[in-house]
Amino acid sequence: MNQVIKDFKNGLWQENPIFRLVIGMCPTLAVTNTATNGLAMGLATSFVLISSEIVISLIKKLIPTNVRIPSYILVIATFVTFTDYFLKAFFPSIASSLSLFIPLIVVNCLILGRQEAFASKNPVHRSFADGVGMGIGFTWALVLLGSVRELLGMGSIFGLQILGEWYRPMIIMILPAGAFISLGILVGIMNLISRKVN
Amino acid sequence: MEQLTQLILIFVSTVLINNFVLSRFLGICPFLGVSKQVETAFSMGLATTFVMTLTAASTWLINTFILEALNLPFLQYVSFIIVIASLVQFVEMFIKKSSPVLYKALGIFLPLITTNCAILGLALLIPLNGYNFIESVIFGFGAGVGFTMAISLMAGLRETLEFGDVPDALKGVPITLIIAGIMAMAFMGFSGLISV
Repeated sequence: MNQVIKDFKNGLWQENPIFRLVIGMCPTLAVTNTATNGLAMGLATSFVLISSEIVISLIKKLIPTNVRIPSYILVIATFVTFTDYFLKAFFPSIASSLSLFIPLIVVNCLILGRQEAFASKNPVHRSFADGVGMGIGFTWALVLLGSVRELLGMGSIFGLQILGEWYRPMIIMILPAGAFISLGILVGIMNLISRKVN
Repeated sequence: MEQLTQLILIFVSTVLINNFVLSRFLGICPFLGVSKQVETAFSMGLATTFVMTLTAASTWLINTFILEALNLPFLQYVSFIIVIASLVQFVEMFIKKSSPVLYKALGIFLPLITTNCAILGLALLIPLNGYNFIESVIFGFGAGVGFTMAISLMAGLRETLEFGDVPDALKGVPITLIIAGIMAMAFMGFSGLISV
């Protein structure tokens, strides 16, 4: 049980995919112009990550070592297709604002990386804990980045106006250039915090 | 003549205005990971350009003559990623036989091209944009040239940065991201250059 809790906690901070490992950058930068988009992307990625970790951990003995990467990608692509159709049917506005980046979950290095590093070596309950931890770690980082960009770029968070009339929005923050700069500064701040903690 | 103008417009807009890395956020992983030296960055760019051009051609054919003809749109992601993975494998074997020197120079980067999201992104953008075969190939080639340009420029900046006095907490990834932000701002200057 302790081991499971440890696997779960791992992704939250110590090996946080975005701030500590810096993987899965394309969706992180592209869809975090608002906090809502960040949350939606985080949840979609978490769903694919957890489901494929469960499946791959269950069938790991059946997969020949030589073709393991293509097999992982096939499992992941199947869950991504499912997520894409689900979002298009029930949340069309979210699906259209994330557009291209839903199918691109297939090549998110985070997901493939966890299959190779964790699910292919560990039993199913530990893989599940790892998937949930990594998923939450990915999601909170996306929501934080989305909130910062939305607050500075539009004066709101999750669509709620926070800053008053006096605030002149910095449009650059919701454009591509702002994504790079704000993520760079956030990773720098996280480095400072982790150094203080250690 | 009109056709030719259209092709040139697609090429210029993919390279400069809608640069895959700096304005579409595709291919960020190699952009951050393989941009420490100009030489390796440039060979990575060339290999990616090569695979992108071939991917554009082959996924267009598959999408038009198999997926759309047989009405199987739900197989798009699965079939595209398989095509890309096998294409990269094929290119790897081909280069290994025909030019061992180039093969050595590219090394580990070749197999990693499969998980470069710029390639799958390119394959998915072509049906969205409704390009014909020649336009797709030009689009793929332009995307590769744009990627090569961005990654080589970044490598040049990072080589110089080695001698700079960067605050400890910003060393490595954070400062690279901030530089990329400034580059993206510079590339915003190209928007409005032409309209497609």
